[in-house]
Amino acid sequence: MSTKGKVHLPVGQEAREVKGWFGAHKYLVLRRISQTFFLFLFLMGPWFGLWWVQGNLAGSMTFGVLPLNDPMILLQGMFAGHWPETTALIGGLIVLVAYGLIGGRVYCSWVCPINPVTDTAHWLHDKLNLPKGWQPKRATRYWILGTVMAVSALTGTIAWEVINPVTMVHRGLVFGMGFVWALVIGIFFFDLLVARRGWCGHVCPVGAFYSLIGTKSLLRVSAVDRSACDDCMDCYAVCPENQVISPALKGKDGSTPLILSPDCTNCGRCIDVCAVDVFAFTHRFDTHVEAPKDAVSDTEPPNRHAA
Amino acid sequence: MPTAAKPRKVDRRRFLTDSARMAGGCAVAGTLLAYVTNDAKALPDQAIRPPGALPEDDFLAACIRCGLCVRDCPYDTLVLAELGVDGAATGTPYFTARNIPCEMCDDIPCVAACPTGALDKDLTVIDDARMGTAVLVDQENCLNFLGLRCDVCYRVCPVIDEAITLETMHNERSGHHAIFAPTVHADKCTGCGVCEKSCVLPESAIKVLPLRLARGEAAEHYRLGWEEQDAKGAPVVEGIIDLPDRLPGPGTDNLAAPGGFEPTYKLPGVSQ
Repeated sequence: MSTKGKVHLPVGQEAREVKGWFGAHKYLVLRRISQTFFLFLFLMGPWFGLWWVQGNLAGSMTFGVLPLNDPMILLQGMFAGHWPETTALIGGLIVLVAYGLIGGRVYCSWVCPINPVTDTAHWLHDKLNLPKGWQPKRATRYWILGTVMAVSALTGTIAWEVINPVTMVHRGLVFGMGFVWALVIGIFFFDLLVARRGWCGHVCPVGAFYSLIGTKSLLRVSAVDRSACDDCMDCYAVCPENQVISPALKGKDGSTPLILSPDCTNCGRCIDVCAVDVFAFTHRFDTHVEAPKDAVSDTEPPNRHAA
Repeated sequence: MPTAAKPRKVDRRRFLTDSARMAGGCAVAGTLLAYVTNDAKALPDQAIRPPGALPEDDFLAACIRCGLCVRDCPYDTLVLAELGVDGAATGTPYFTARNIPCEMCDDIPCVAACPTGALDKDLTVIDDARMGTAVLVDQENCLNFLGLRCDVCYRVCPVIDEAITLETMHNERSGHHAIFAPTVHADKCTGCGVCEKSCVLPESAIKVLPLRLARGEAAEHYRLGWEEQDAKGAPVVEGIIDLPDRLPGPGTDNLAAPGGFEPTYKLPGVSQ
């Protein structure tokens, strides 16, 4: 419901007109750069013989001194009955603390190699105007996460690694693909035809695990300028976890403008797509809200940049 | 949508049915996952784990499939199993002796690289590694068993004269030659696979097998009398009477021996 009579504009068009293409895709571009960068770090070795980073997303060693380990895999190992060596524990702790600070699901939107796949599926899903299909509860992934831990304990193996497409695709690209491409195609079509935003939004227990890590993370998106919102709904359209927006954006006076749900992936698409710049990255203690500008002047152009 | 909506009654029935549905779905998914993980435990016999690898069951609880051992292997021996291509659990490290065997580095870089201990840090001397054991599986095609002096597996063995020795035996076929039988001693063999790699035959006659396949196991109460006797320095059973052995020789009913005589009792049905 636009106050300016711009009804049913395609998603993002208003932002493109106001901020230009790059302004309306800044964080999307940055995320693609980030995803490429982190993949490239691992590929420099096999491709160019520059072994700065060895290993893969399950566990790596940078410059021979910095271990990084996926804490979810280590946790499964512990459930399976193996207490890892110190190197892995340190590596897991570093990852835990880092994502604990910047937001657990930053892993999902800025690093994970499956994200471009499901983003593409969603882009095509939109283009083809397909029905949203099966939409299991968002909590499904936590149930699956619990199941994965239970199966790890029961079978004495790191259970999710036999099908985890995240590490498999990454390992495939760095070490050798095998039939992993079939998994990628499977997830693509699952998201395209079976369930909109199905894998990353409802199923993936890795995302669920990183959500839990980032429950109290510092880096947050805030609807700082929520009084400027003109209800164009574009942020809801682009957000992969759009249930997180309402409490912040539509909160009553006095409620926090911060998107505090751990489901938020800090992807920044809402910031990109908002023509009136309601959203901004900030920290979790920054609860300030811009005063409604309309009370001062109705004619002021919507070029306010927050925080 | 306001966050502070008026307090709603918890719909207990809805909550319980939803939870039951989730639990049911997870039970099905979990069973499938457990089936797949169990399936993935089947390690092909030719796939050899790196030195120091925990027993396969423990290994799959410990290995995070990061590939750091592969990267630090200077001979490109180790590879990560690829999904649907290699039989080992996907992403886990292994090697195939006939392709590239383990060169048994003194500093064991693969073990040093392992962040989780799936490759046991307690392995500090590579000769103590037990990746499997070589077995001369095909005596019929082994050139040494045919009477030649190929000796290649013996010569290349990094633990030569301990893990593989050449045992001489009479060559029955020629009647006057020796067979130098390559003989593996599993208590010294590391399972590195250099012998399998080097066998000159188109298909190796000596192969590294997993210990579970290659080895039997003596019952716990079995004792080797001669070893016990050596250890004790005296007969193990006290008061045993040592009767004279009845050997062929003069004065016995053995015609083959000089001075032997015809047995007094003829076996029925036996001529001569």
